Amino acid sequence: MTTSVSVESSFELSRDHEDFRRVVRDFAAEHVAPHSAAWDAAARFPVELVPRMGELGLFGLIVPEEYGGSGGDFTSLCVAIEELGRVDQSVGITLSAGVGLGITPLLTYGTAEQKARWLPDLVAGRALAAFGLTEPEAGSDAGATRTRAVLDEASREWVIDGAKAFITNSGTSITSVITITAVTGRRPDDSPELSTILVPAGSAGLVVDPPYRKLGWHASDTHGLTFAGCRVPEANLLGQRGAGLRQFLATLDDGRIAISALALGLARACLEACVEYAGSRVAFGRPIGANQSIAFAIADLAVAVDSARLLTYRAAALKDRLRAGDGSVDRAQVAAAAARAKLHTSTTAMDAARLATQVHGGSGFIEEYPVARYYRDAKILEIGEGTSEIQRLVIARGLGLPVD
Amino acid sequence: MKIVVCVKHVPDAQGDRRFTDDHTVDREGVDGLLSELDEYAVEEALTIAEARSASGEDSTVTVLCMGPEGATDAVRKALQMGADAGVHVCDDALAGSDALATSKVLAAALRTLEFDLVLTGMASTDGLMSVVPAMLAQRLGLPQVTLAGKVELDGTTVRIERDGDSATEVIEAPLPALVSVTDQINDPRYPSFKGIMAAKKKPVNTLSLADLGLSPDDVGLSAAWSVVEAVAARPPRQAGQRITDEGDGGTRLVEFLAGAKIV
Ligand SMILES: Cc1cc2nc3c(=O)[nH]c(=O)nc-3n(C[C@H](O)[C@H](O)[C@H](O)COP(=O)(O)OP(=O)(O)OC[C@H]3O[C@@H](n4cnc5c(N)ncnc54)[C@H](O)[C@@H]3O)c2cc1C
Repeated sequence: MTTSVSVESSFELSRDHEDFRRVVRDFAAEHVAPHSAAWDAAARFPVELVPRMGELGLFGLIVPEEYGGSGGDFTSLCVAIEELGRVDQSVGITLSAGVGLGITPLLTYGTAEQKARWLPDLVAGRALAAFGLTEPEAGSDAGATRTRAVLDEASREWVIDGAKAFITNSGTSITSVITITAVTGRRPDDSPELSTILVPAGSAGLVVDPPYRKLGWHASDTHGLTFAGCRVPEANLLGQRGAGLRQFLATLDDGRIAISALALGLARACLEACVEYAGSRVAFGRPIGANQSIAFAIADLAVAVDSARLLTYRAAALKDRLRAGDGSVDRAQVAAAAARAKLHTSTTAMDAARLATQVHGGSGFIEEYPVARYYRDAKILEIGEGTSEIQRLVIARGLGLPVD
Repeated sequence: MKIVVCVKHVPDAQGDRRFTDDHTVDREGVDGLLSELDEYAVEEALTIAEARSASGEDSTVTVLCMGPEGATDAVRKALQMGADAGVHVCDDALAGSDALATSKVLAAALRTLEFDLVLTGMASTDGLMSVVPAMLAQRLGLPQVTLAGKVELDGTTVRIERDGDSATEVIEAPLPALVSVTDQINDPRYPSFKGIMAAKKKPVNTLSLADLGLSPDDVGLSAAWSVVEAVAARPPRQAGQRITDEGDGGTRLVEFLAGAKIV
């Protein structure tokens, strides 16, 4: 793999990253921002945007060139997610989940055949992949997975029964494959053996439930999935049998950094909206920003956004060093940095959205201004890819606290 | 096919554009970028070169830029989009050059390059004079085919379409030729991440006036054929007049328009 971007211990963004940020910002301003309000209002997933994002190389940033990617680094992906997320959280999560949950498990655990079959279309934006971990009865406690996959010895097929809940990108017209976790047996100690299986879209016995009605992320695709005797070839096992738990924990570490970048984009958008409105809206004969209560709240937000940026890109830089084989970084360090970044940045995003709405007064509650959408989109950031409570659990355990 | 695209580095129109004390555009203190109108020329060159390369003909795109040090950003952007090489003419004596001097320098630089086709944008987004392409063609003795909304090539000729208000002209010229393109011709690509990484390894040749055999006396503010005496900011727009309809809205609107001698 060719990682020509600097992976030194500093997490300052390089000039390449900043050049790339400008490209994504221009793209977002031209192809995303003008439509965001309409997509949101109609709860329409903009499927036509996905190949355009593919052309820009967004889905292939961390993918080696042999699969059509650019062999870049995780930091670049975060830059792209942040800039898209600044104008449209739904588009940001489509990229974040498409790469972090869709492409990454295939890239990390897939066989040469599996990668050759799925990756080129995913990288080009001709297809999307999803990751189905959460179930109606197993969210934060993902180990409680109930979906079962039984190997039919006669046909050499996995027969899958169960249900998944809230799966991003699972029901678009271009979804090609859904990676799911399922119980494939019992271990000697009778605990469930979890494995990861690739389920091609359109497999017999896979039912994609109607889209949810959501508080936010209206233009992102989310479905429940039902598996009723769904059959896929034995060769669709991803990685080793029984490695499911380890695989999804690793996948989530990466996903958390990406969500942190997404939350950073929203927090920045709110900060910018606050500054603009507080400087121009006049009440009692002066701009509302002349009141210290407003100006100081925005000042505090600016500090929180800065620290969110530093935490996010520190986590991304650590991840890049781990990817580049830097022996001084280990998985646990990345996991800890990811949890801290995600916790702080999603909290900041939620605070930022609350403040932006308040600063906008009644207009903040009206969909004419984008802050109303930011407000609705912010909440999920404290829930998806591990709730804030789960992040605290990870952080506290990392400190050696006896928390269970 | 060897194509050279002339590109300009201009102040970002979204930013705060200023003039310096000598009334030239401030190119130091403001953010600059590749003139958006030149992106169409770069895109057209890349499209042509890609099509030619696909049919087996060796094709290259070189971008040529005259401008201060920061102007390498414009060259870099074109390389990130996919151009193969850059030439940057950079010399302190060039500051304040007018269109005549610019065309002289670009012509001198083009004489050091091999080309079948020279492409330019329809105008720069800062100067907006739109005369450099014609001057350049004149200096090089090339057919000038300007304001193309469509470009077609066969091995020896270029044929363009120029859209007017009531008719579309079709113009043909033998190669080598100079063609300027409009903002209607294509949809410029964004640099991909791969393109950004690849651009770092592409050659950019920086040339001084001496390298081109030109004298500082021929260029720059002191050699300009015209002098800007003064610049003044446009006065801020007047607040509009609001007419509230109290049954006589129509009449009052007509009175307003008549008062402004519009009807
Ligand atoms: C729009 C959307 C998209 C999503 N996309 C995907 C996807 O693509 N793939 C996927 O697999 N999942 C996806 N999810 C699921 C998401 O990751 C889960 O909803 C999330 O992990 C929480 O799980 P849960 O909903 O079961 O809540 P629960 O686990 O039931 O949690 C309920 C509450 O209890 C708290 N809690 C639970 N356990 C503890 C504990 N030990 N200590 C303290 N507090 C605790 C939680 O923090 C939370 O506040 C998505 C969800 C949404 C809404």
